[in-house]
Amino acid sequence: MNPFQYTRVTTPKAAVSALSQESGTYFLAGGTNLIDLIKREVVVPERLVDINKLPLATIEKTATGLRIGAMAKNSAVAEHELVKKHFPLLSMALNAGASAQLRNMATVGGNMMQRTRCPYFYDTSMPCNKRSPVQAGPDKGKPNGPSGCGAIDGYNRMHAIFGGSTKCIAVHPSDMCIALVALDATVNVSGPKGDRKIPFSDFHRLPGDTPQKDNTLLPGELIMSVDIPTNKFADNSHYLKVRDRASYAFALISVGVAVDMKRDVIQDIRLAMGGVAHKPWRLTEAEQFLRGKSATEANFKQAATIAMNGAKGYGENDFKLTLAPNSIIDALKTATKTA
Amino acid sequence: MTKDLKNPPIDRIDGRMKVTGGAQYFADFELPNMAYCVIVGSEIGRGTIASIDTKKAQGAPGVLGVFTHQNMPPIPGWDAPVGGEADGPAPKPDTKEKYRILHTPKILFDGQPIAMVVADSYERATYAASLVKATYAKQAARTDLEKHLAEGIAPGRPGSSDYLRGKADGYQSAPVTLEANYTIPVEVHNPMELHGILAHWTGADSLMIYAKTQGVNATQNAMAEAFKIDPKKIHVHTEFMGGGFGMGLRTWPQETAVVAIAKKIGRPLKLVVTRNQMFTLVGHRPYTVQTINMGADTNGKLIGIAHAATAETASYEDFTEATVNMTKFMYECPNVSTRYRIVRLDRSVPIWMRGPGEATGAFALESAMDEMAHKLGLDPIEFRLRNYTETDPEHNRPYSSKNLKEAYQRGAEAIGWNKRQNQPASQREGDWLIGYGMSTGTFNAFRWEASARALLNADGSLTIQSAVTDIGPGTGTALTMIAHNVLGVPLNRIKVAYGDTSLPKAPTQGGSAIVSAVGSAVYDACTKIKNQLVELAIKDGSPLAGRQADELTLTDGVLFVEKEPEKKIVVSELMWTNNLTVVDKSADSKGGPELGKYSMYSFSVHFVQVRVNPLTGVVRVSKAVSVADSGRIISPKTAASQMIGGVAGGIGMALTEEAVIDHRFGRFVNNNLADYHVAVHADVPAIETIMIDKPDPIINPMGAKGMGEIALIGFAGAVANAVFNATGQRVRDLPITPDKLLRTV
Ligand SMILES: Cc1cc2nc3c(=O)[nH]c(=O)nc-3n(C[C@H](O)[C@H](O)[C@H](O)COP(=O)(O)OP(=O)(O)OC[C@H]3O[C@@H](n4cnc5c(N)ncnc54)[C@H](O)[C@@H]3O)c2cc1C
Ligand code: SF4
Repeated sequence: MNPFQYTRVTTPKAAVSALSQESGTYFLAGGTNLIDLIKREVVVPERLVDINKLPLATIEKTATGLRIGAMAKNSAVAEHELVKKHFPLLSMALNAGASAQLRNMATVGGNMMQRTRCPYFYDTSMPCNKRSPVQAGPDKGKPNGPSGCGAIDGYNRMHAIFGGSTKCIAVHPSDMCIALVALDATVNVSGPKGDRKIPFSDFHRLPGDTPQKDNTLLPGELIMSVDIPTNKFADNSHYLKVRDRASYAFALISVGVAVDMKRDVIQDIRLAMGGVAHKPWRLTEAEQFLRGKSATEANFKQAATIAMNGAKGYGENDFKLTLAPNSIIDALKTATKTA
Repeated sequence: MTKDLKNPPIDRIDGRMKVTGGAQYFADFELPNMAYCVIVGSEIGRGTIASIDTKKAQGAPGVLGVFTHQNMPPIPGWDAPVGGEADGPAPKPDTKEKYRILHTPKILFDGQPIAMVVADSYERATYAASLVKATYAKQAARTDLEKHLAEGIAPGRPGSSDYLRGKADGYQSAPVTLEANYTIPVEVHNPMELHGILAHWTGADSLMIYAKTQGVNATQNAMAEAFKIDPKKIHVHTEFMGGGFGMGLRTWPQETAVVAIAKKIGRPLKLVVTRNQMFTLVGHRPYTVQTINMGADTNGKLIGIAHAATAETASYEDFTEATVNMTKFMYECPNVSTRYRIVRLDRSVPIWMRGPGEATGAFALESAMDEMAHKLGLDPIEFRLRNYTETDPEHNRPYSSKNLKEAYQRGAEAIGWNKRQNQPASQREGDWLIGYGMSTGTFNAFRWEASARALLNADGSLTIQSAVTDIGPGTGTALTMIAHNVLGVPLNRIKVAYGDTSLPKAPTQGGSAIVSAVGSAVYDACTKIKNQLVELAIKDGSPLAGRQADELTLTDGVLFVEKEPEKKIVVSELMWTNNLTVVDKSADSKGGPELGKYSMYSFSVHFVQVRVNPLTGVVRVSKAVSVADSGRIISPKTAASQMIGGVAGGIGMALTEEAVIDHRFGRFVNNNLADYHVAVHADVPAIETIMIDKPDPIINPMGAKGMGEIALIGFAGAVANAVFNATGQRVRDLPITPDKLLRTV
């Protein structure tokens, strides 16, 4: 731990300029992830900019759908009437995450920005490229610890089966983000160079050679809100989370399904998976296959096979190669009420 | 008493205090001028500290001292490991390495304290601790038991030697045979309350300690040995404990170090470890690998069982437990052999965890019994009944009491055993497979030595005193009930003082032995009071003069003749006329030699219904029934909650708990409560508890046997057996996580 400065800001503008001033500056939202990272010296901040006073917690209807402020608490979103009614997938995904206490603290922006739960990332005595990018010299080695990937040849039970690189196979741990990527959300951000919109599926990234970068947010940018477009999925949505205990555990595999059904025919569908990649994993090809098909187990099986194209296990997580397609089938059956 | 014991289901006496914040745990105590200690742990599993830089830490604000192997104050009694090894003195010659906290640069396990940082606040001590930097000469740490199974050694302690009845390979010639390996991972107690100690030297050789210990007298003795001072000068207080499960069964080296440093800095010193450190500094259930060979004839009679277990221990201490013992006496079987080995690894030392080795062993034995029943095409209960024994085949003597048949029957009724299909994977509800499983559990019923004092005051109130700690099972509540039953004092007029060395000596809270041991002492002390009252009541001049002692009954402060209730005397008047302000009696209680003629065990049977999702491998315990055959139940409510807690722990053991080590680094990768999965409410269904509640005529005057361990022992086996019944898949490696069921598809 090192002594750091603490500033509280009340306007997004002040937040953005505070963050872009110096490196080592971090936004502090609910703190449920950042504070742990600081305690374990994974993050060594110079300055924390507390954004809890920003007026960004509203959840409101817009002309095209719903806008959720970045500072809205996870619990507030999950329990919001409009969310429950029109976007039940989001509500289910949020409620499947963490614990009630954590959801009361955690914000939408913080949830998107949370770091991986890879154990090597959190233990500065163990190698990790995400925490200590390869370039770190001998004096940069501490306190952030050695480079390398502890997980690839180690305890990788929780790790990615899609999109990993030789540098990193971590997964993004969020449940909420699986729903948001499935529901074609858009992220509104504000930065030193102005405002921009990022499609949710482009917000997070694959590790490649730069696993230290989780997403495409630019330095100094603040997440303002998330937009979800109106859809016809409310009647047939399901979030399946397979985990080691019934609550308060990260996903081994999760599947978000949202279907527009007419009789037993799938008119339109959104499918995304968690616990499988460095980013919320959208299953576009499987969606494509299912569009216009009837909701049968045979079709679900085929969709699951398509979805698993390119999957790769690393030893301890090989079981996900079976669990993932099974979970897709199970979630599809539940969402289409054919179980 | 056994015949007329009245045991209304009263609430636990400390319940209100606990939920309103009135109960003070060790870390709640604040002393003037108190300093705080934070431990820096090693980041390697084996090697030597090459350099340790404490300069920055020493210069940090509020720091009072940074203690390492270079400047640690001496501990006079260090030559013998303080408190001895957990399970008794090491057999000679003792060639093991020695672990002396902060007295050597040698690292014997990951997380070993390399510095203790003391500051005027916890936060400042934590900050300064983060500034201590060490470099190491690293050696490869041997932490993987599976790779070192061949290095098992016989511990050479009494009770852990190889056992043989009949022929060692008797199972081989049986018509139906079975060989199976079972593993239990490292499990960590992880009570909510963190470990630590607050030490205050009140004089040059006198000490006040607030500890998180399951035995204040044991801590007192350990510190007396370490600091070569008179135990009478050491006052230890642990009235409440936020869960122990075994981690407080010994005095840990860091506690002794805190006491030494407190002396050096001349201030009271408090240590509260971090959750991470709970994985390395206060023991764990050892990783254990077991093999069972079993043979039976086609009528379902056991012919032979061979049970071998190999468990990890530290390089510096031989920890042992009774993993294979149940196999020796549980079933009638002519050929039984057991073998128990330990492997010294570069790991911190284990300690008993609820149900200890017996829970580990029961998982293997009771899984194997289920596997054999399946091979024979028998119902698992029927198979057990065919091998039931009314006498202990290990010692050739009767059980003091055993009502296991009734327990099987009542549990089976409660769970709806008749709905179970013997054919696995044959029941479904929607997409979920349904299965039923059961398992037996057993644990020694002890009668240890204990003392207690009872004081009947002139106002009719009663005070009970014993040094015993109440780690949560409801000891105080049970003692209240026992006193109430002997003296007839209303429950709300009884006060129990416990958890303090100023009170009469008591054993460490463990081994499910406290109601039996301390309860007997309370019973005896109260009986002495009663006898004195009766004696006074039948003296000349009393309204009951000339009556026989056994004609009198004592209830609600009145002594009377049962058949002529108008013949009575109020106790307070009796005390007044005899100039007594208090009747004060102490008792030292222990079992007589007649106990040696019996085998004394508590028994349990666990029944579960599970639901398994065949696609995801997810297992849910949907129903649980646990039956206790543990003699007379003293306090029905706290007894039931003991069983419920055991089941919750058992679900964790069966389905979720596993501390994972990356053997390349010799280090845990899930040492926190988010990643080490203790069962949460959503994992635990409503639990039905059934008490056979029949007094044991031998063990003690109350007829009560212990139940803390049997609540857990066997439970994991019941779940594994139910999973087999649901799916046809046999998981022999705990915990039964979804991946294991997928893998075996
Ligand atoms: C024990 C435990 C279990 C958990 N289990 C789950 C689970 O099962 N599923 C799940 O999905 N999550 C889980 N979580 C994670 C939890 O959802 C996140 O910690 C939480 O969402 C983070 O939100 P926060 O507001 O507290 O973020 P903080 O911790 O305050 O911040 C996290 C990061 O986001 C950045 N940030 C915050 N807001 C903004 C913004 N508006 N713009 C730009 N950057 C921003 C911060 O700078 C920081 O880097 C768990 C967490 C814990 C501790
Ligand atoms: S998987 Fe990624 S986060 Fe985990 S150790 Fe490897 S580089 Fe670090």
